[in-house]
Amino acid sequence: MAEIPTSNPEIDEAAPSVLSLVLRKMWHLRMGVLGALLIFCLIFIALFCPYVSPHDPFKQDITKRLWKPAFMEGGKAEYLLGTDHLGRDLLTRILYGTRISLVVGLAAVILMLTVGVTLGLVAGYFGGRADAVISFLVNCMMGFPFILLAMSLVAVLGASLQNIIIALGLTGWPVFTRVTRIETMKLRDREFVLAAKSLAFSTRRILVRHILPNLLPAILVLATVEVARAIIRESLLSFLGLGIQPPTPSWGVMLAEGRDYMLLQWWLAAFPGMAIFMSALGINLLGDALRDLVDPYLRKT
Amino acid sequence: MGPLIPDSRFPSHSTSAPAVGDGYLLEVQGLKKHFPIRKGLLGRTVGYVYAVDGVSFAIRRGETLGLVGESGCGKSTIGRCLLRLYEATDGQIFFQGMDISKLSPGEMIQFRTRIQMIFQDPYSSLNPRLRVREIIGESLRVHNLVPQGDWQDRVRELLAEVGLQPDHMARYPHEFSGGQRQRIGVARSLAMNPDLIVADEPVSALDVSIQAQVINLLDSLKDKHGLSYIVIAHDLAVVEHISDRIAVMYLGKLVETARDRDLYLNPKHPYTEALLSAVPIPAPGGRERRKSRKLIQGDVASPINPPSGCRFHTRCLKTMEECRRIDPPLIEIGPEHHVACLLWGGGRS
Amino acid sequence: MRTFIIKQLLQAVGVCLVISMISFFLLFLNTDPALLLLPPEAEVSDIAKFKKQMGLDRPVVVQYFDFLGKVVLQGDFGNSFLAKVPAAKLVRERLPATVELALAALILVNLVALPVGIISAIRRYSLLDNVATFTALLGQAMPLYWFGIMLIIVFGVWLRWFPISGSDTWAHLVLPAITLASWILPINMRLVRSGMLDVLNQDYIRTARAKGLVERKVLIKHAFKNAAIPVITITGMQLGALLGGAVVTETVFAWPGLGRLAVDSIRMGDYPVVQAIVVVFALFVVIGNFAADILAALIDPRIRLE
Repeated sequence: MAEIPTSNPEIDEAAPSVLSLVLRKMWHLRMGVLGALLIFCLIFIALFCPYVSPHDPFKQDITKRLWKPAFMEGGKAEYLLGTDHLGRDLLTRILYGTRISLVVGLAAVILMLTVGVTLGLVAGYFGGRADAVISFLVNCMMGFPFILLAMSLVAVLGASLQNIIIALGLTGWPVFTRVTRIETMKLRDREFVLAAKSLAFSTRRILVRHILPNLLPAILVLATVEVARAIIRESLLSFLGLGIQPPTPSWGVMLAEGRDYMLLQWWLAAFPGMAIFMSALGINLLGDALRDLVDPYLRKT
Repeated sequence: MGPLIPDSRFPSHSTSAPAVGDGYLLEVQGLKKHFPIRKGLLGRTVGYVYAVDGVSFAIRRGETLGLVGESGCGKSTIGRCLLRLYEATDGQIFFQGMDISKLSPGEMIQFRTRIQMIFQDPYSSLNPRLRVREIIGESLRVHNLVPQGDWQDRVRELLAEVGLQPDHMARYPHEFSGGQRQRIGVARSLAMNPDLIVADEPVSALDVSIQAQVINLLDSLKDKHGLSYIVIAHDLAVVEHISDRIAVMYLGKLVETARDRDLYLNPKHPYTEALLSAVPIPAPGGRERRKSRKLIQGDVASPINPPSGCRFHTRCLKTMEECRRIDPPLIEIGPEHHVACLLWGGGRS
Repeated sequence: MRTFIIKQLLQAVGVCLVISMISFFLLFLNTDPALLLLPPEAEVSDIAKFKKQMGLDRPVVVQYFDFLGKVVLQGDFGNSFLAKVPAAKLVRERLPATVELALAALILVNLVALPVGIISAIRRYSLLDNVATFTALLGQAMPLYWFGIMLIIVFGVWLRWFPISGSDTWAHLVLPAITLASWILPINMRLVRSGMLDVLNQDYIRTARAKGLVERKVLIKHAFKNAAIPVITITGMQLGALLGGAVVTETVFAWPGLGRLAVDSIRMGDYPVVQAIVVVFALFVVIGNFAADILAALIDPRIRLE
């Protein structure tokens, strides 16, 4: 790649050498693999945590409260990450927390998908007034801090697992609608859609069999990233007390509990947060890798 | 006007008056399609694109009409109006005697089986997520055109007919070349067993060497299935071989229609002559005229603001004073030969 | 241009109305507001009398318009259930703290994002760029409150550099501001970088550079100018996220701002205050987006034509 000579060497773009581009690609791949590994671990833990955890996440034992993690002096080996204020093993609770996070994340995103993609299809395909209304709604909701809406919803509905999923789903759909709408509008003028119309296929068939499958790559990438966001949001709600209620081991709840003991027993807050961070990171890495994969595919078709 | 050719698939419909001549498969009268241009806060219409501005023609069963013109002249729009993919702004289209704008939903489906389209871009006319067998066979299954369970055999038949390997039906479109994809598109249209196929620039996106193959395919299918065609193209060379009659369009209107040979040997309209001069195919008897390469002057006019009078006058080398004022109608000057040019009459508007 | 502004204005007003409707109906979704206000032993007849007195027996739509009127004309949201003072007063008291926090965070973010973003764009794929991208990636996965708590633990408890709650001195502002800034930083960095890339890749600049015609100073000045304006638009777009982050940050650091008030009010069911905060937040977001859109359209005329 020849560099265009200029008289300003200082502000030349560092012309990316082939090597650095290759390294970047490999880096992306490696990150994607790392992400996939992390997610695999997550799923594994979520499915098999009863067999993998050393203790019972709900068993309280006041005599054992606030013990240090095994790697600190004074810690016991059987409680690798220490115990919380009710004597429960932190590691076990973190492992069980995987279930909550994954369930909430996936369920919320499914709800978002259902609402968001449907509205996006309608807005993108039919245009006109339906589009105007839906787009307006999307714009309304997109700028607004989700937290207030979700918090209010949960406060109104009551804090439970179901309601959190509903609250997350109902506040997260606009981004799906926006993407679906744009892609649908691009697709509806493609010739194979016209062909489907000329073959007298019903609108429903065209939407479901012709347009929707071609939306999948973009939606899939988005869904992946949204799962990570949903997990973070769930833990946020739980942290604020408007989410999962104790004693259910949600990472957010554990963070909230840990906050009270920040001064001395820092591990109670650090490790659950680390779990959230790693999960979200893994999912985001996978999502980025997916996006890299999907982009050239989108262009090829 | 004589009686219609009765077609059992199209029930008589009392609300549309039979207004077609004998034996015409398709008749278009005064077709107009204007696209509104919207601007401003409330989406006010500030102008129109006069894509098609008064076009009339007819096709008999078994005939092939070539519709030719440069990009933007409205020919593709006509094709889509014929299939009711667009709703005409004005004018009427009669297919087998039925006014297609007045069809009930059930009749529309019938209508759609009778007239099909082959699209221009082989890279976007096939759904990339479907296998070829589904692309071709979907209509068979949805409309129950073959007994259930037999559709795959029928797909194989169709693939063979268009010159593709039947085993390839499990493949995806991206595994085929451009020419092959167009063949798949042809097979898809054939599946419905239509009477009329509108081929919208079927070879414009293909290499020249492949173009002839596809045109020949269309030609051979024509006789085999008793098809009628409207072949839309911007290149006269493409339609010359396969057309019985040719209609030349400019800026939304027809400027000349004639039988194939007549157009080549005896073009009347200056625009036709210009188009012909770009055709590298020698026609018997035409060599003399071809020597002096006639070119058009000026730029393409805009369909939003068409020139006054004869639309071609801004680029015509033979333009006269009246051409600016009078828009010449299409007049018959010979057997099946019509011209819209003041050089050949029609001076009184 | 004028039609564009009017269109945006109408949309902004529409959004405000919708949000006001949502916040109003929040109250009704949960329970009969009369029951909330009265002690549990109230008799049915007392409830009915109370309702009549408070005007709660009118049709919902009428009550909404009454609410809207009071809000728009007088800024009156009713009285807080808990504090027995006008909700608007509470909001007004707490607003400055949040603004202070938000401003501090914005300054921090721009201090970092601008230079990093611009240099990343100029020297693409350099070490700085890669580090920045990596950091952005980490930042997007990081739960905000965890980051805040970690900061508290490390800098407040272990190192004792900064106080960890309250808001008396500027030292109190540091950790919360950093936390809130981290929420916005990843996206801002990316946006500045891509905005700068757009400017650099404009054909006329490339040609000028290829011809060696452009002086370094002129180029830098031009590029900075073009990249700096988007900062304002970016900030406008980020207002929503900023406010959302403020809610969390204030809770973590016990910062006496609107965010914390919001959480407490929602938890306690103090709906008038919640309504007030929702409307105020909506106003900020809408105005911010509106300003950002107008500015963006001023810079790039293509946006006006949409």
